Amino acid sequence: MARFGMAIDTRRCVGCMDCVAACKTENDVPEGFNRDWITQELRGRFPTLSLEIRSERCNHCDDAPCVSCCPTGASHVHPFGQVVLVDHEACIGCKACVASCPYGARFIHPEGYADKCTFCIHRVREGQDPACVAVCPTHCMHFGDLDDPNSEISALLASRAHHAVLPEAGTRPRIFYLT
Amino acid sequence: MTRSATQDSKRSGSLSRRRFLSLVGLGGGAVAASRLARPVHSAGGADGPAAGASGSEDRVEQIPTFCDICFWKCGAIASVRNGRLWKVEGNPDDPLSRGRLCPRGTGGVGAHFDPDRLRRPLIRRRNRGEDEWVEVTWDEALTYIADRMKAIRVEHGPEAMALFSHGIGGTFLKHTMKAFGTPNLSAPSFAQCRGPRDVGFNLTFGEDVGSPERTDIRNTRCLVLLGSHLGENMHNTQVQEFAQAVGSGATVIVVDPRFSIAASKAKHYLPIRPGTDLALLLAWMQVLLSEDLYDHAYVEQYGFGFEAFAQSIARYTPEWAYPETGLEPELIRETAREMARHRPATLVHPGRHVTWYGDDAQRSRAVALLNALLGSWGRKGGFFQPAHLSIPAYPYPEYPHSERGKVDNPGRKYPFATETITNGIREATLTGQPYPVKGWFVYATNLLQALPNQEETLRAIQNLDLLVVVDVVPSEIAGWADVVLPESVYLERHDDLNVEWFREPFVALRQPVVKAPDDQKPNWWIARELARKLDLAQYYPWTDIEEYLRARIEKAGLSYDELQAKGILRGAPQPVYFADTGRSVEPGAVGSDPLVGLEANFPTPSGKIEFYSTQLAAAGFDPVPTYRAPEPVPNGWFRILFGRSPVHSFSRTQTNPILHELMPENVVWVNGDVAARLGLQGGQKVRLRNQDGVVSDPIAVRATQAIRGDCVYLVHGFGHTAKGLRRARGKGASDAGLLTRYVVDPLMGGTGMNVNFVTIEPEA
Repeated sequence: MARFGMAIDTRRCVGCMDCVAACKTENDVPEGFNRDWITQELRGRFPTLSLEIRSERCNHCDDAPCVSCCPTGASHVHPFGQVVLVDHEACIGCKACVASCPYGARFIHPEGYADKCTFCIHRVREGQDPACVAVCPTHCMHFGDLDDPNSEISALLASRAHHAVLPEAGTRPRIFYLT
Repeated sequence: MTRSATQDSKRSGSLSRRRFLSLVGLGGGAVAASRLARPVHSAGGADGPAAGASGSEDRVEQIPTFCDICFWKCGAIASVRNGRLWKVEGNPDDPLSRGRLCPRGTGGVGAHFDPDRLRRPLIRRRNRGEDEWVEVTWDEALTYIADRMKAIRVEHGPEAMALFSHGIGGTFLKHTMKAFGTPNLSAPSFAQCRGPRDVGFNLTFGEDVGSPERTDIRNTRCLVLLGSHLGENMHNTQVQEFAQAVGSGATVIVVDPRFSIAASKAKHYLPIRPGTDLALLLAWMQVLLSEDLYDHAYVEQYGFGFEAFAQSIARYTPEWAYPETGLEPELIRETAREMARHRPATLVHPGRHVTWYGDDAQRSRAVALLNALLGSWGRKGGFFQPAHLSIPAYPYPEYPHSERGKVDNPGRKYPFATETITNGIREATLTGQPYPVKGWFVYATNLLQALPNQEETLRAIQNLDLLVVVDVVPSEIAGWADVVLPESVYLERHDDLNVEWFREPFVALRQPVVKAPDDQKPNWWIARELARKLDLAQYYPWTDIEEYLRARIEKAGLSYDELQAKGILRGAPQPVYFADTGRSVEPGAVGSDPLVGLEANFPTPSGKIEFYSTQLAAAGFDPVPTYRAPEPVPNGWFRILFGRSPVHSFSRTQTNPILHELMPENVVWVNGDVAARLGLQGGQKVRLRNQDGVVSDPIAVRATQAIRGDCVYLVHGFGHTAKGLRRARGKGASDAGLLTRYVVDPLMGGTGMNVNFVTIEPEA
């Protein structure tokens, strides 16, 4: 069974926010909210500097606190790719998941339910990449099955140095940044 | 750890987009015939079958067109879901977008839905600049304009009308203006942007680099960027190829006073003192000569005046350049050697916005000469020679001849200008010399943010009998107009064909995807109706734009129906590299690579690459570039520098709801140590005061290590003051307002704008 994740090449990423714009139009994300975002980490003193740019979103954690804390079961792991999703009908908007997420990836949609990245499951089911991956002008994002040793993403993670964000939170995130 | 403004803004706002759309009621059904229509599962609302999907099938139409959020003209495919514009994606057939748009293109949807759009023609009700209007019909507006234009023609001649335009949308207005009898057609893209580069390369190779540039970034092994901030400057193909080059391990060398995104990808970052780039370029060339690292065969075969050039360059050692540039001699040597190691697949990028210090054509010529030493012009990984399809122009009647000629450059004062100088037209409007200019027609360019010294622009406007602005949003310049004409956005209109000059030949079609929501009209319609009112109907023999487009395409032996369906028609690959490329780069490749095989051709006076320019010498200029130090920054002041954001185009996109949200305002970058010394905190609001006492609107400080201490930096296009730009007004500061000083390039009339200084005043 597939277990979807992402590997994002920080060497190629320029932080242009196309991933943010594409997610907004693809998923009709309401104004004032976004499901993905850019973080920049600048280190050093001028002119000896380094910059890491990351396109961030829900990590679809293997051990997702947003799922275990949900009182109604609206937050769940979908069998297709083990993507973490929210059932809009079952969600009561209690914000427990919003508080539990170490990444700040969730928000309450104006229509009352918790919302966040879905890995564009509606696209993936049709054989397409998530919108953020498909739009990226730098081709820095790779989406695929972490459990398939022959997938592109597995090969990248096997051959390139990488790290996750906040691994110490212990949620076993599934988005990796190639350095 | 610093989190970007993007991150900070990620939870701002409250009004949902869905609600906002229903409030303003912008419907706009799909108009063009359904193409590639296919049912898809609902994307919004539900997350998947187990998450309560509606199961309903949406009807999605996909219509190819090309983007207009900037001038790059990327091939795009727009999706209309259940009759409503949904998204715009790259057209995989398009050599420019290669199936992926930039964030501005992706956010192009917002241009259609922007609640701040112009909706109906407007005629000024009170004094110019008071931004008070009466809504009128198109007939009233065009009759008013035509009557004034006729009066100007009677009193001052047709040349007293001038056009300022930007982008492919200006094509038909240019046609109407030429038919009217004026040669004064200009665009800020020359004298406020790429003009010096075009002139510098023309003087050296006999050709300029064009747009999109003929830079072979994807094949380069060593990319040198001087101030070019690819990644922030989001010219799609360039950024895509930049990432490709970085990903394939090409060496990147970045010269910039600011640690740009591109600098963060560089093997060598050169934090140059602003204004001294020419000193570095001369020193690099000196190293290539003194260490005998240049391409001898190339220079011998193609070069003219090399001896005189070498003599002139000899004095510019890295040790000489050190106190000018602040760059260690060893760093200059090391980077020159690195460039030589990868030649001819070394690309010293010519940049695009290069109107910096007023010596810009000579600096650009030095960039061209450095490339010539590296043998990169015409070579793979350097500069290709663009290919294009031959698509005949529409057969129009001949335009009237102007006896007086153009107004912008009397006596060829700027002898090497290759296009009309916008600031030359402004000057003539102010002085009435060499003859009066009494009418301005402004299309899709916000002159108050594009030209330096706003006060001169406003004074020139006071001398006009007519100022017409055609635009999609009520910009600052629109506020000063007599008549404002609302244009439909690119997703709602046809434009002329994009017959592109690029790595491979192709032609692209822009066609409507949705209807304009109100009484906006496409520029071709505006230009044609105006021509009819001016009794110039014979210049528009076609009745409909599609008749015009079809005629051009079919005359070229291509199918318009196929172009409509695909958006792009590509020609067969043609050679774009010199025949000798195969010999010097890839032995054995000759004959197998269809891109290799061009005869080298340099349309200069000598027919060769002009290391020494007799043209320049004859006109009294330096035949080989020589260095003059920039004016030093006074103590306690900072040089103000400006640049681009990947999510905005000039000052034209700040009200686009999607792009606004990605970057609602600009900030001023101040070196962290300097900020600490001045007692400034990150995020604190300040005002910038320039040397002439002009004070900016409040702007937040970004205290950062990523910039030198002798300059400050802000993204161009913010600090709007126009009443109608409700979403953008009062957010951030305008760099343009602070650019009261400019130095005119004596070769070509461009305005060097990085010559202004500011102090930083905390906002009480």
